[in-house]
Amino acid sequence: MTETENNKILEVKNLSTYFYTDDGVVKAVDDVSFDLKKGETLGIVGETGCGKSVTALSILRLIPQPLGRIVAGEIIFEGRDLLKLGQKDLQNLRGNKISMIFQDPMTSLNPVYTVGNQVMESLIVHRKLKKDEARREGLKLLEMVGIPEFKRRFNNYPHEFSGGMRQRVMIAMAIANSPSILIADEPTTALDVTVQAQILELMDELKYKTNSSIIIITHDLGVVAKYANRVMVMYAGKPVEFSSVDNIFYKPAHPYTIGLMKSVTRLDEEKRGKLKPIEGLPPSLIDLPKFCIFRARCKYACDECKGEYPPLKEIEKDHFVSCYRGKEFMEGIIERFDN
Amino acid sequence: MENNKLLEVKNLKKYFNLRSGFLFQKFTGSVKAVDDISFFIKRGETFGLVGETGCGKTTVAKVILRLVPQTSGEATYNGVNLFKLNSKEMFKIRREIQVIFQDPYASLSPRMTVGDIINEPFEIHKIGDKRKRIKKVKELLRVVGLNPEHIHRYPHEFSGGQRQRVGVARALALTPKLLLCDEPVSALDVSVQAQILNLLTDLQKEFNLTYLFIAHDLSVVKHVSDRIGVMYLGKMVEVAKSEDLYKTPLHPYTMGLLSAIPIPDPELERKRKRIVLEGDVPSPINPPSGCSFHTRCPNAQDICSMEEPELRDYSKNGNEHLAACFFAGKPIV
Repeated sequence: MTETENNKILEVKNLSTYFYTDDGVVKAVDDVSFDLKKGETLGIVGETGCGKSVTALSILRLIPQPLGRIVAGEIIFEGRDLLKLGQKDLQNLRGNKISMIFQDPMTSLNPVYTVGNQVMESLIVHRKLKKDEARREGLKLLEMVGIPEFKRRFNNYPHEFSGGMRQRVMIAMAIANSPSILIADEPTTALDVTVQAQILELMDELKYKTNSSIIIITHDLGVVAKYANRVMVMYAGKPVEFSSVDNIFYKPAHPYTIGLMKSVTRLDEEKRGKLKPIEGLPPSLIDLPKFCIFRARCKYACDECKGEYPPLKEIEKDHFVSCYRGKEFMEGIIERFDN
Repeated sequence: MENNKLLEVKNLKKYFNLRSGFLFQKFTGSVKAVDDISFFIKRGETFGLVGETGCGKTTVAKVILRLVPQTSGEATYNGVNLFKLNSKEMFKIRREIQVIFQDPYASLSPRMTVGDIINEPFEIHKIGDKRKRIKKVKELLRVVGLNPEHIHRYPHEFSGGQRQRVGVARALALTPKLLLCDEPVSALDVSVQAQILNLLTDLQKEFNLTYLFIAHDLSVVKHVSDRIGVMYLGKMVEVAKSEDLYKTPLHPYTMGLLSAIPIPDPELERKRKRIVLEGDVPSPINPPSGCSFHTRCPNAQDICSMEEPELRDYSKNGNEHLAACFFAGKPIV
């Protein structure tokens, strides 16, 4: 193995997760491949229904069955394919080596157990600690995530916490066993801006302390710009662009990424011009066309786009785009941020 | 000059009383949702109101519309105090003041067709006959960018962005002068958000509308507003022209709020120094003494917990720039 390969802590190959509904098959995630490097923060961005959450849930195999099924792919972690693991091995992994922070801290904590109890749970289950040891560890964790008066708060119930404090508890639970991968699914969407900043700073700080990698799923381009090293942009269940954060923001080569950049309101914009939204709507995930899924909304669509779905191609080093005209954007033949 | 102001709110207060006990309820305190707020909106401008959850921004809109009764204060619309009108007079004036709500999933009745929803204002206010109404509804659909042929469809057949367009069409039906937009885009995706924001800007020009734009997202508010008011715990802490507010914020809360919003530009973000405000917003039942922000303020001194700062004008360039802080403009280190 070369050094760069060694650096990969997680590798997702050709993952497809479908949901079998009465109306038809929903291809929520369709042929998604990416890797996560050690110590990096990977951002997955996209709009509602683009499959970013399902991608995350698939990694931990938390897809609701029998409705949903992972139909194809490999998820390689520590030399093993997670999709082939048995329930017991999976349980050992969840909340231990790979843990997750969910969007809504109001619903992801159990209301009938104290916060301390819930933090201790994963310590007792995974590290087989005795109760008093787990308590000591749990207190340390609450202190680490910045809960004021953590000794008293240990015995409180979730409803006695504010949204931001609950999310801190979730983070404490997630990092309890120093996981190598932390998956955060819209961790701050339900929170106020000033609290959002606190939580994101905390996660970033803990990443360095525990030497873990983070996958952060969000629709907020600002959050991605601030915290991610690499970014995967998803549209209608497929990755459309995947590269370093700088490439995605300064040299986007997929019309959808470009459109996103143009339609976002920026705090620092000098003049109040008109926003340039992407016209039209995302397609239904049932009966997706064979050609490029973005074609209907794309103003750069050409004849070639009527053919097969454009494969994810490397147009420069570590810059993957699934667009036939990606190269033209790179070479400046099409101006990205015109009009 | 007075005539220039379409809406003026003066010393508006809205307290929600808390009671405890069954049967013989005892008054146990009050939530000061809106506590002595004053602002005005000029004709044709957009006034943005920002603040975090529970700061009272939506309550302001509800009180202006008289959907909840005020505790004290006045709201003058076009020279008349809305709170002094009887229900008949208020009914008439409601034609001119319309609302767009946050959640396009909850604000449209699922059992009515889009046509019926947009037609309802005409029915309530007894305007036009059936033929004229249908014509008008179709025209409204076209104005907000929907297909007039979809008049018989139900809300569930539309996406979030399209539903919000229906909400906008309904609000426009009676050719209002003032539109209260309460978080009109926060439930929508970025690319759709931009569509709705553009639509609102276009309509403003076309129909000469005045907006009160309420949102928690400062970058959205800054984009659409001429002037912005920042609220914290039921109080107005800063009011300024939107560029002034962004370039020279005076209140430490505004500074924190601006700094908390990440800008979609990685290089800029790397250089940017962040002020992270500690703690949570305190409960409005027991707001801190003195300046309600002092518990989270990095600049707080003794005086801040004892006295309440007044909203004062600190303008330097002639544009009014109000802030309620003893140390207004002092940078946070």
